[in-house]
Amino acid sequence: MSRILAKRRLSEEVYRIEVEAPLVARERKAGQFVIVQADAEYGERIPLTIADADPGRGSISLIFQAVGASTHKLAAKEPGAEIVLLGPLGNPTHIERFGWAVCVGGGIGLAPLHPIVEALKAAGNRVTVISGARTKDLLIMQEEMQALADEHLVVTDDGSAGRKALVTEPLKELCGQSPKPDIAVAIGPPVMMKFCAEATRPFGVRTLVSLNTIMIDGTGMCGGCRVTVGGETKFVCVDGPEFDGHLVDWELMMSRLKSYKKLEDEAHERCHLEQAAERLAAGGAR
Amino acid sequence: MSDLSKEALAAGARAALEGIEGKALSPKDRLALPVQDMPCQDPVARGQNMHEVAQGYDEAQARIEANRCLGCKNAPCVSGCPVRVDIPGFIAEIQKGDFAQAARVIKRTNLLPSICGRVCPQEGQCQAPCTLGKSLKSIDKAVQIGRLERFVADWERSSGAAGAPAAGHATGKRVAIVGSGPAGLTCAVDVRRQGHEVVIYEAFQKAGGVMVYGIPEFRLPKELVRSEAGVLESMGVRFELNYLVGRTRKLRALLAEDGFDAVFIGAGAGLPKFMDIPGENLVGVFSANEYLTRANLMKAYDRPRAATPIYPSRRVAVLGGGNVAMDSARMALRLGAEEVHILYRRTREEMPARAEEVGHAMEEGVVFDFLSSPTRVLAGADGRCEALEVLSYALGEPDASGRRSPVAIKGSEKVLPYDTVIVAIGNESNPLLARTTPELKVDRKGHIIVDERQKTSIERVYAGGDIVLGAATVILAMGEGRRAAAAINEVLQ
Ligand SMILES: Cc1cc2nc3c(=O)[nH]c(=O)nc-3n(C[C@H](O)[C@H](O)[C@H](O)COP(=O)(O)OP(=O)(O)OC[C@H]3O[C@@H](n4cnc5c(N)ncnc54)[C@H](O)[C@@H]3O)c2cc1C
Ligand SMILES: Cc1cc2nc3c(=O)[nH]c(=O)nc-3n(C[C@H](O)[C@H](O)[C@H](O)COP(=O)(O)OP(=O)(O)OC[C@H]3O[C@@H](n4cnc5c(N)ncnc54)[C@H](O)[C@@H]3O)c2cc1C
Ligand code: SF4
Ligand code: SF4
Ligand code: FES
Repeated sequence: MSRILAKRRLSEEVYRIEVEAPLVARERKAGQFVIVQADAEYGERIPLTIADADPGRGSISLIFQAVGASTHKLAAKEPGAEIVLLGPLGNPTHIERFGWAVCVGGGIGLAPLHPIVEALKAAGNRVTVISGARTKDLLIMQEEMQALADEHLVVTDDGSAGRKALVTEPLKELCGQSPKPDIAVAIGPPVMMKFCAEATRPFGVRTLVSLNTIMIDGTGMCGGCRVTVGGETKFVCVDGPEFDGHLVDWELMMSRLKSYKKLEDEAHERCHLEQAAERLAAGGAR
Repeated sequence: MSDLSKEALAAGARAALEGIEGKALSPKDRLALPVQDMPCQDPVARGQNMHEVAQGYDEAQARIEANRCLGCKNAPCVSGCPVRVDIPGFIAEIQKGDFAQAARVIKRTNLLPSICGRVCPQEGQCQAPCTLGKSLKSIDKAVQIGRLERFVADWERSSGAAGAPAAGHATGKRVAIVGSGPAGLTCAVDVRRQGHEVVIYEAFQKAGGVMVYGIPEFRLPKELVRSEAGVLESMGVRFELNYLVGRTRKLRALLAEDGFDAVFIGAGAGLPKFMDIPGENLVGVFSANEYLTRANLMKAYDRPRAATPIYPSRRVAVLGGGNVAMDSARMALRLGAEEVHILYRRTREEMPARAEEVGHAMEEGVVFDFLSSPTRVLAGADGRCEALEVLSYALGEPDASGRRSPVAIKGSEKVLPYDTVIVAIGNESNPLLARTTPELKVDRKGHIIVDERQKTSIERVYAGGDIVLGAATVILAMGEGRRAAAAINEVLQ
C-alpha cells in the first residue's frame, strides 16, 4: 500500500495528490501511468498518469478529475490514508529531437501532457503548447506550461480565458505554417484527440495520442483495454498508451469506453448521495 | 455428482462402515464397497450463490472410500501424479483413522493438498491408471484420490493441526520470487525451508495467481488460498504486493542492485488469446480473464459493495472447452444471465475441462453447442454485440496423432442472438518480462526457455509454471516450482 502525502484541490473537480512510491518515482518516464485502487478489497482499479515525480522525496503526483464513483472515493482520501498503487505502467513516450513539437492538452489531459512537454524540451525541441478547457477554472498546470513552453496558446470553449475556440483551431493554423510542425501530441478527452488527429491528417503531421481506455490489471492480462489501431488489436496497457492518432479506430474506442455507462452512472449517483449524507451527519454532530 | 443429500450420503457411508468395522478386508470385499459420491449443493440453489458447489466427504465417507483402495504394491496411481504423492501411503493412514499422519504423508510431496484435491484433473492423472477403476472397467469407479486428498487437507485445517513447515537456519542468502501463483508459492516454501530469505513480488493486490483471479469461489474458496499464503508468512516469507517486476523494478536490478542471489519467475501465462474474427472488439465481447477477474478478484458479484462493474448479460456465448470456459459459463449464470451456451469446435470427448466441472455445468443448465464455432460478432443499432454468426463442424478422419479434427460444414452459417461473448480459448505468455529483460530467452510463443533444472538463459534466474509450459495445471506448476527450488538450493549451498 502507498501513503498519500499531500492533497490539493486544483479546481471544482480536479485534485492533485502526492503519493509515497519511491520505486515508481525512480523508474518512471514521461508517458507512463499507474493503477490505483482506493481500497484493496472492494475498490475498482483505475489508471492515472504520473503527472510528476520527486525521486528525492520518493513520491509521485497524480492529477485527476472526479468524474465518477472511484475518482470521488479517491478524492475523499486525506493525507495519511493508504491506497493500492501499481506502476509505472505502459511504454514511455518515445522522445527524440524532432525539431518543432506542438503539444495539445485538453482539460485534465494537461496533467499527463506536462511530463511529455518537459521531456521534449529536455531533448532540445522547440515546443508549442496549446492548453484548452471548457472554462477558465478547469485550466490546470498553467504556470508549469508557461514556464516550459516556447510558445503557449490558451483557448476555452466559453472564452473565459485566452481565445474563445476549440484546441483544433490553433492546431490547424500551426499545421498550415511553413515549415510545418514535425510532430503533434494530443492528450485529452477522446473526442478532442479524435478531432486533433483529423485536424493534422490533411497536413501529414504525425500525431501521437494517449488512449484512456478502461483498464483492470494494466499488465496485459485481461484484454479489457484493447483497441483497434491500423486494423490490428492492441492492448493499451502494454502496447501503448500512446498510438498514432491517424490509425486509431475512434468510434470503437469511444463505444468501448461507454461499456458500463449505466452502472457507472448509478454508482456515481449513489456515491454523491452517500457523501451528502456524510456531510449532513457531520454537520448535525457539530 | 449425486442426487443424494450430504446427510443421505453420510448415512449410507456410516451403514457401510458398520458392516466392515473390525473385519480384515479381502480385495474382493474392497471391490464391493460403494464408490463415494461427492455431496454437492443443489444445482438450482447453487446457481444463485457463490458458495462452493462440492461440499466434501465426512469422516465416514472418507473411510469407506479409503477402504476401497487395494494398496497395490506397484501403485500405478503414483506414476499418474505429477508430483508423485505417496497415494497408497496416505490412504492407508485414512483407513487407520490417522488423518494427521495422512496429511503429513501427502505434504512430503504436495504442499497445497486442499487446492489440488479440488482442482487437479484427476481423471487424467492419478485416477487414470488406478487398478480399482481398471478392475471395475470404469474410470469413474477408480479410488477417488482427489476427494480423499481434499478431505485430509480440510480435516487438518479445521482441526488446527496444520503447522507451517519450519524455516531452516538463516543462511544470509536471498531469493526473489516473481509471481504468487502455485509455482511461486511452492518454490518459496522449499527455498525458505533451507533458511534462505524469500521475497515474493506480485503484481496484483492479492497473492495466489490464477487461484484468486481466475478459478471462481464456487470451485475454490479464496479463504483456502489466503490461508496457504498465511502459512508462508508464518514461515517468514515476505510478500511485496502491487509490484510488477520488469516495470516497478527491472529483473536485472533485483540481482545486481537489490542483493538477491537467485530469482525464480513464476509469472503465469496471462495474455488472453482472441479468435481473430471480425467484431471481436465490440462492447460485450470479453476475454475470460477479464470477465473472471472482474468477478473473482474484484468481487463484482458483490453488488453494491464492489466498485468494479460487470456487464449485465442475458444471452451469453462462451467460446472454448477447457476449465476456463466452464468457469466463465457457470459464473455468467450466477451473475444473472438467462441463457448460457458453450460453443466448442469438437465434441464432449475432446473437451479438456475436468470431467466434474463439465458435469456440474450441465447440471446447472449451461447449454453445450458442440461442433460449432463463430465466424464473426455482429453489432446491433447501439454498436454493441448483438449476435454471433456460427458455423457448424463435423469430425473428420483421424490425423497422425489419432485425433479427429473438426472440419467446417460449408454453408452452415447461422446467426444467433447473443449480447455477451466470452472468449476462453486459452492464454499466451505475457511478453512484459521478456521485453524488459532482453537477455531472457523465450521461444516462438514467448514461453521462457529453461533447462531440465528450470534454469533460464540467465545465470541464477529460474522459471517454471505456465510461463514455461503454456497454460497447464496447478499441480504441474507446483512441480516446476519444486524442481527450481531444488536447483536454487543447490547453487546457493
Ligand atoms: C492510461 C490512462 C491514463 C489516465 N490518466 C488520467 C489522469 O491522469 N487523470 C484523470 O483524471 N484521468 C485519467 N484517466 C482516466 C481515468 O482512469 C478515469 O477517469 C477513471 O477511471 C474514472 O473512474 P470513475 O469510477 O471515477 O468514473 P466512472 O463513472 O466509473 O467512469 C467514467 C468514465 O471513465 C472511464 N472509466 C471507468 N472505469 C475505468 C477504468 N477501470 N479504467 C479506465 N477508465 C475507466 C469510462 O470512460 C467511464 O465512462 C486515465 C486513463 C488511462 C487509460
Ligand atoms: C479460469 C481458470 C481455471 C483453471 N482451472 C484449473 C483447474 O481446475 N485445475 C488446474 O489444475 N488448473 C486450472 N487452471 C490452470 C492453472 O490455474 C494454472 O496452470 C496455474 O495457476 C499456473 O500457475 P503459475 O504459478 O505458473 O501462474 P499463475 O497462477 O498464473 O500466477 C502468476 C502470478 O504472477 C503474477 N505476475 C505475472 N507477471 C508478474 C511480474 N512481472 N511481476 C510480479 N508478478 C507477476 C500474476 O499477477 C499472477 O498472480 C485454470 C486456469 C484458469 C485461468
Ligand atoms: S496432487 Fe493431484 S494428481 Fe497428485 S494425487 Fe493429488 S489429486 Fe492426484
Ligand atoms: S492404483 Fe488405485 S487401488 Fe491401487 S494403490 Fe493406487 S489408488 Fe489404491
Ligand atoms: S488492462 Fe488488462 S490487458 Fe490492459
